[in-house]
Amino acid sequence: MSVDEARLRYVLRLGDNALVLGQRLSEYVTRAPELEEELANANFALDYVGQARLFYGYAAELEGAGRSEDDFAFLRDGHEFENLLLVEQPNGHFGDIVARQFLFESFYVLLLESLTRCRDERLAEIAARAVKEVRYHLRHASQWVIRLGDGTPESHARMQQSIEDLWPYTGEMFAADAVDEAFARDWGGPDLAALRPEWRRRVAAVAAEATLGLPEDGWMHEGGKRGRHTEHFGYLIAEMQFLQRAYPGMRW
Amino acid sequence: MPAEQLQRLTKEDVLGWLEEVADPEIPVLSVVDLGVIRDVRVHADAVEVSVTPTYSGCPAMEVIEQRVEAALAQRGVPATIRRVLSPPWTTDWLSEEGRRKLREFGIAPPGRRGLDLPVACPRCRSLDTGRVSEFGSTPCKSAWRCNACLEPFEHFKCI
Repeated sequence: MSVDEARLRYVLRLGDNALVLGQRLSEYVTRAPELEEELANANFALDYVGQARLFYGYAAELEGAGRSEDDFAFLRDGHEFENLLLVEQPNGHFGDIVARQFLFESFYVLLLESLTRCRDERLAEIAARAVKEVRYHLRHASQWVIRLGDGTPESHARMQQSIEDLWPYTGEMFAADAVDEAFARDWGGPDLAALRPEWRRRVAAVAAEATLGLPEDGWMHEGGKRGRHTEHFGYLIAEMQFLQRAYPGMRW
Repeated sequence: MPAEQLQRLTKEDVLGWLEEVADPEIPVLSVVDLGVIRDVRVHADAVEVSVTPTYSGCPAMEVIEQRVEAALAQRGVPATIRRVLSPPWTTDWLSEEGRRKLREFGIAPPGRRGLDLPVACPRCRSLDTGRVSEFGSTPCKSAWRCNACLEPFEHFKCI
């Protein structure tokens, strides 16, 4: 893999994570349990779709093949998306969404902070913009983990279950492949495995306050970075891409 | 505009025009008050305006760019818009004028980053206020309530 190819895939993956999570959160618009959460959720979704545009816009420039941010989002097939499996997991109930945001964003903040120091200047700029937003999201998710975990016996049990259900998707975040290694070497990207102890420490601190237990690291799902997705993903992009598939080239 | 006239344009002229361009979501603020106009450069054939987004997903961004272009086009000046990300926008760039306008409009302006300032009610100025929600009608605002005059209000978040 050439230096340029690895960088392009690295930037596209960041776009894929942001877009897929943004799409998941968009699915939840009008379904939140209360107005405050409705506004919060829509704001988060908007931030992620905005971040996806920045990453895809940069990827389009790097590729230089005439593809646009919209082409990356709407005209690639499922196997060409290389997002983490965690972000494509279905919304489930409110606690599941909170758990997904909490586990992913605890990692994403560390990833973005590290990227602000990488040698790819443009990516460092995008990361500096995005990390401010994600810190704000994470604070919100952490507060909900604590409120639900340290809440009623029912909310505690369900929050605990949500964390346990999603835990097997967290290993993939720290498993570097050839693209991650090349980007770390050539552009000063993060050493993913090195982020794990800090992630674990932060997640554990919130879980302790929430009176929740953290699962053991057992067998972990992986495959997202190779374009191998969970069953849920096909439905997600089928809905997301419907308009452009049914009416190619359709514009607002 | 003929080239020689274009050459006599100054950055201040252009900024003056842009002070009349309203933010689409908080129309009492101009794009200059908001602090999103980062630079203005007069080139031989066009004026280049650098604009920065407040939030990554801010839907107002494209409208702002169109309005800036239109404001220049109205005066016969061709414009190119450059989108810049770095350094990222913060509320510290809101002008004093912008803060005053926000308060008059009923939105509590942001404090200063790094300082944990109390939020004053834009209506009665009481500091006895409480946050109802971290999120509001736009990404940049949160929802508050004044315990003194009992009015709800929005606060421009400090980021």
